[in-house]
This record gives sequence, C-alpha cells and structure tokens, in this order.
Amino acid sequence: MNSQDRPMLELADGASHDQPYGLQLDRRNFLKVLGGGLLVCLTPTSAWTQESGRSFGGHELPKDVGAWLHIAADGQVKVFTGKVEVGQNIRTSLAQLVAEELRVPFDAITMVMGDTDLVPWDMGTFGSRSTPTMGPQLRTMAAAAREMLLEMAGQRWHVEPASLTAADSRVSDPNTSRTFTYGELTRGEKLVKIVSAKESLTPAAEWKTAGTAVHKAEGREFVTGKHKYPSDIARPEMLFGAVLRPDGFNATLESVDTSAAEKLPGVKVVRDGEFTGVAAPDAITAQDALSAIQAKWKVPEQPSNKGLFEYMKSNPETGRDQGLQHVAGSVAQAMEGADLKLEEQYTVAYIAHAPLEPRAAVAEWEGDKLTVWTGTQRPFGVRDELAQAFHIAPEQVRVIQPDMGSGYGGKHTGETAIEAARLARAASKPVKVVWTRQEEFTWAYFRPAGLIEIRAGAQRDGKLIAWEHHNYNSGPSAITTPYAVPNQLIQYHAAKSPLRQGSYRGLASTANNFARESHMDGMAHAVGMDPLELRLKNLDDARLRAVFEAAAEKFGWGRVKSTPEHGFGIAGGTEKGGYVATCAEVEIEPAGKKVRIRRIVQAWESGAVVNPDGLRNQIMGAIVQGIGGTLFEQILFANGRILNPHFAQYRVPRFSDTPMVEVVLLDRRDLPSAGAGETGIVGLAPAASNAIFAATGIRLRNMPMTPRDAVAKKQG
Amino acid sequence: MGNYVLHINGTQLRVSAPPDETLLSVMRNRLNLTGTKYGCGEGQCGACTVLLDGRATRSCMVSVAQAANTKIVTIEGLEQNGKLSPVQQAFLDEGAFQCGYCTSGMILRATSLLRELHNPSEEQIVEAMDGNVCRCGTYPRILEAVKRAQRLQAQGAKR
Repeated sequence: MNSQDRPMLELADGASHDQPYGLQLDRRNFLKVLGGGLLVCLTPTSAWTQESGRSFGGHELPKDVGAWLHIAADGQVKVFTGKVEVGQNIRTSLAQLVAEELRVPFDAITMVMGDTDLVPWDMGTFGSRSTPTMGPQLRTMAAAAREMLLEMAGQRWHVEPASLTAADSRVSDPNTSRTFTYGELTRGEKLVKIVSAKESLTPAAEWKTAGTAVHKAEGREFVTGKHKYPSDIARPEMLFGAVLRPDGFNATLESVDTSAAEKLPGVKVVRDGEFTGVAAPDAITAQDALSAIQAKWKVPEQPSNKGLFEYMKSNPETGRDQGLQHVAGSVAQAMEGADLKLEEQYTVAYIAHAPLEPRAAVAEWEGDKLTVWTGTQRPFGVRDELAQAFHIAPEQVRVIQPDMGSGYGGKHTGETAIEAARLARAASKPVKVVWTRQEEFTWAYFRPAGLIEIRAGAQRDGKLIAWEHHNYNSGPSAITTPYAVPNQLIQYHAAKSPLRQGSYRGLASTANNFARESHMDGMAHAVGMDPLELRLKNLDDARLRAVFEAAAEKFGWGRVKSTPEHGFGIAGGTEKGGYVATCAEVEIEPAGKKVRIRRIVQAWESGAVVNPDGLRNQIMGAIVQGIGGTLFEQILFANGRILNPHFAQYRVPRFSDTPMVEVVLLDRRDLPSAGAGETGIVGLAPAASNAIFAATGIRLRNMPMTPRDAVAKKQG
Repeated sequence: MGNYVLHINGTQLRVSAPPDETLLSVMRNRLNLTGTKYGCGEGQCGACTVLLDGRATRSCMVSVAQAANTKIVTIEGLEQNGKLSPVQQAFLDEGAFQCGYCTSGMILRATSLLRELHNPSEEQIVEAMDGNVCRCGTYPRILEAVKRAQRLQAQGAKR
C-alpha cells in the first residue's frame, strides 16, 4: 500500500480537519491532552458490523472510531480503549498484543481504559468480547502505526519502507545500519492516521511478547495498596452519602419523616420522588442520619423461594425475546424408537455476584458538567444512564472507571453513580456513595434462577438419537447441544422473575451445561457405558473432543474406579469460543459428614493463548468461583426481602473449600484468540455432580447441591 | 467526637472521630489511608485486615478508641526503603491476585501468620487464611505465595 491510500492529516489544535471522517476529536481536545506525535484511529469497517451481528444497545455501531493509539515524542505509547480492567487481566493482555504488532517492549505501553472523555465509545466489558473483538482492533491499529513509522523513516532516508525493519521501538535500515527510534520519528509531528482496513497481522506462531506470561500490569501498585479503586477515590470537600432503602422489593413509600436527620450537623437530606438520601461530612454521620429517618413502606405480597420454579414455568414473560427454537428432525418420533429414555428436571438458584468491592461512586458537578468515578463494566452505559437521569447531554457527563474490585457480570448498571450524582447536585459538593455489603446483596441484581427440563433417547449402543431441552428463565446461552444428535428440540422460555436479574459470568451456560452434562452422565449410566466413552461416541466437534481427551489423560480417567468414598466425574462444553472439559474427584466421609471436591483437572482451549499466566489465573478462578454455585451459594428470599444478605449467611468459597486444581492449556496458535473470562466456570458443577453420583448413586439435579444433606439422608 | 492519636506505620496521626467509629472508617474516610479495604463491615471477609501490635486484626471490628493505644501497620507500611516485604514480593512473583481487592488483607493476614509460625504447614496456612475471601478464586496461588514468602523470609533471616 502506498502513502496516497492513507489519509494523513495535519491536525492543528484538534480543529475541524477531522470532520470528513465524522470524528469528534475536537470534543475531546485530544491532541491538547496528548501533545504532538502520531495518533492512529481505527474506524469501524463492515467487517466489524458483520462480526458483531447484534445491536449495540441504541448505538448501532460506534459512531466515530473503535480505538485510538498515540505515540508521543518520547516514544511512549498510549492505547485508548473503552474496555475496563476488573481483574480479568485485559489491561495486560491487550497491551501485549499492541506491543507485539508495534514492535515495542511491553513496558512502553500505557493502556488508558474506561474514561468516557478519553476513550472511544464501547458497549462494555462483558460477553467474553474483549480478546476476540478489541484484541484484533488494537492489533490492526498497532500494525498500521508500525507501517506508518516505516514509511516515515523511508521518506527521510529516501528508501523503500519495505526494505526497513521495525523492532524494539526503532526503525532500522539493515543496509546501512542507521536507526531512528519511534520517538525520533514522531517528534515535532502532529499526525493523525485513519485506519479502516485490516492490516496484515503477525501470526500467533511468530509472537514474541504476546503469548508469553507477562506479569500483571502495575502489579506493584496492588501489593502496596497504592492502587486507587473506585471506592478509594477522594475529592476536595467531598461529602459522604447514604440512601434510604425500601423494606422490600416493589415497595411504595407511605410516609417519611426526615426532621431528625436534618438536625444533625452538616447533614443535607435530599428527597426527590421515591429517592431519599443524605450527604454528610463523614461516613459515620451519613449512616447516623440515615438511621434517624423514619419511613413507612408498603411491601406487596411476592413470590418466595418456595414454589419458584413452578412460578417460572407458569409465568412466561411474553414481552421478552424468547430466544431461538432449535429444531431438527422429530424428537417425538425418535423417542418412540429409542432403546433407552431419560427425562429429568434440573434447577439453578439465584446467586449473587458479591464482588468484594461493593458498588461505589464519587460524583462531582462543575456547573452542568458531571464527573463520576465509579466501578462499572459499562462506563458509556452508565454515562447514558446519568445523562438520562439528569436531563443533560451525554457529552456533559464523564465517567471514569478505575480498575475495580471486580464484577463477574454484576456491575453493568449505574445505580450508585446516579445516587452520588443526585446527592452531589443537592449538596453542591462532591459526594461519595459506597454500598454496604447488605445493600450489595439486596439492591444489585442476581444471576437468574431457572428450571431446565431434558428428555433424551439413545440406542442400546450409546448413540444418541433424540434430545429435548427446555430452559425456563435462566437463559439461552449454551443451550444447544454440542453432541451430534439427529433429532432435537431446544427452546428457551423467558419467564417472569420475582427478583431483579442480569448478567453473570457465563450466565446461563452454567445452568444449561450443568443440566446437559448431568443428563449425559445419566444416559451413560442407563446405557452402561463409561461417561467419557459415551460423550466421545456422540461428539464430532474436534476441539471439544481434544479438551475432553486432554483432561482425561492428565486426570488419569478410568484408571481408578469410583468407590463410596471417592467419586470421579467428567463434564465439558463450549461457549463463546472457549472449550472446556473438567474432571472432578470428590471425597465423601461416611454418614455424609463431609462432601468435598478434592481435585479438579480442567483442560481449556480458546485459540491462541495471549497470556498463559493470566489465562491460567482466569480458569483457576472460574473453577473456584464455580464451587460456590455448585455446592452452597443461593439467594434466599421471601416476600420481597433477601433473607441472607451477609457473608455469614451467604457462603462463598474459601481456602478450605478449594481443591487441588490443575489447568491444562491447549494453545492453538493456528486459531484466533477467544475470550476466556467466563466459560471456564461451566464444567465444574456437572463434573462434581457426576462424581458424587459415581460414589453414592445419588443424582443431584439442583444447584446448589448441598450434597451433605442429600448424602446424609440416603445413608440415614 | 473524641480526639485520638493513632500510631500507623510508624507515624503518629491525630484524628477527631466519634469513639465508636471503626478504625477502618477512620483510616479510609478521615486519613485517606485507602489501602485497607471495606468488604463487609462485619468481620466476615478479611479485606480490612491490618496488624494491631503485630497481630492480624479486622479493622472493621475495632473502634478508633480501642485502636488508639496500639501500633498499627497497614499495607502502606510494609514496604521499607522501596523494598517490598517478603509477603508482598511473593504475591507479586506468584501473580497471586486478579482484581487485587482482597490482596492487602491477604498480605497482612499472611504476614501475621509467618510471624507466629515460621514454617507453617499447608493445613495451618489454610486455617489461618480461611477468614479472608478472594471472590476471584485465586486461593491456590495465594497458598503458593504464602509458601514462597516463608522461603523468602527464611532466606532473609539467614543473611
């Protein structure tokens, strides 16, 4: 490609030159912030549109650009993306990909993330999209920047750029051994390059920085307590806010008396419709003021845990998308001819994300301009929520997302940001709101509960011939079977949910995979086949086969038979481009005194591995987190109230629950990298359940399984 | 309101607070020492762990009045002359964190453990650390980090 094909603009003070491209750089005063240098912008192309294949929540596509990359006069590289770091290590792995294509050391890169005034619009960090979509975008930009640097050097030396090489932040001419550092090339320049075509990217097989176990970016900040999380942010003259909560869900406020609270020194009480909150000079006074408010609520009768699944089955949510119905052949007909049939129900409970850092926000108004520091997976989504709440333009709102105390899908929404902003507006001072653990357990949203019904038929030789799978409420993710079954009927049924529900790591793929892989185990038992053998007999998907075989080999599957004290189980699945197989060993003490997951071997494949250390950490974390929903986590509720909103009542996995974990990574450098934050969680529950069955003959079909109770009951 | 002098990380800090305000709240909200984290406020998660006279203590369960006569060490006070403590170094080397929000509590709990027991068994580590929650599930690496810290500490003592 020659330089005429590449629009190159001289940008003076971020002025109107960007108009032909529909960019909005002037709004962000971009080069003012950055000074001179080389700025590369990636515009969306039709390729992205096709790949995304879904609407972007009101933004059909990013209007301007997908990402920005800037090389300063000192050679420092800043990459701007709307993705956020929540512990999944994306700050590190994206920087590795950029370093790779740009041919600079990892340390030369600074990632600017999740600040809506500085980064391009992004729909959010969820759905395992950062690596497969943002990864290639950043690589494309970095490769374009590298090509441009080669051209700049070629122009200065009057040689063909193709004869030059780029490595270690410099361009060299192998014929003369002269070099320019990137900084020397960009010094004094104010260049903008617009990229829309895909550059040729470095094949993963040739990666030197990507694909290696680079340590977490800024790791030292985290072990010294210097990193500022959203809840650590402080502003001059900042007040502390707290918000009055209803006595239950869907409650209406009958009366409220705030007079006692208003008498407390320095306290500002804000009432606005159903919102009642306080701002105070310190946190303890804010809580005192809240306690001093007398409120009467009317809480309507509402469904409880008891009867939840019957409620969901009989209360379809007609307004919501019912998802795909997947039909092949005729299940009814095939079932008639099946030698072996199995029909069962499975359930999963509502569970809480319980990120260790609860929702937090600091809001500050300057006239009509609002700045909010908050922990969210959707900075632009929260910006829009704030704009809507305060009837201002989105451009007047800046949301800044410091790397936060995680989310697991639980921090998509902007409640806390709105609360802090409402109080700050009334108090005319910055206000911080940090939710209590009880608030986080009550007023956030939950991983959906759900009922799954499966019936399946097989021939005597173990060949599956019919598979019917219905999911009520929990979701359509990973609902289709990866096994080759000629007759299928698979349907998601949206239902009314008594509790507020939303995204969660892996979302419904945990539930659907738990049900399917438990049922597969049941089929193997019915046929009298080894569970792994039955799976492989019905599995054409080579990538899923490969992880099953890898996990089985490492685990030593089949070498030792299950006993009443030790059970071995296997399960696997695929979703969002990740392939997982899990082998579990459970240990059962007599009389059900203790049921413990002793050892887990999990094989994982998600294409080319960008950072094996970070990936292992994610997969291990998913396994450990999965133990909670598998064995004991569940939200208990009655009549609009959460009954266990404390860590003392809602048990999360701890050190003593943690098994030996071995992760086998299959690095497929010939395949594109998929996201790996979520799907690693889906194998644990069915593998553990199948292991408990292998030991005890008890099939646990409800998550959490609370296996001690079940085993104790059977053993009497 | 009372006036208190807190001995934190070798420095005396004056602070005015109600006597029943927690040490955690005073440090985070009045002294801007935010390395110590709020996780539950109920002594259930360990995110707010600090050393009080050398022993791991949940700062959400201690009032400022109780803390006033003790020596307090927080995550900000472990690094000495730019050198990380063995436990900090071990957490960094093992990559024993994901979001890192539990890390300061974990590091202080482990620091306290390695002062009490110079060579703890795995069971002793698990028992000591079981009150600290890592919601990201990094426990296996944290275990390895504590073992590595023990080795680093032993090496340091030999020198």
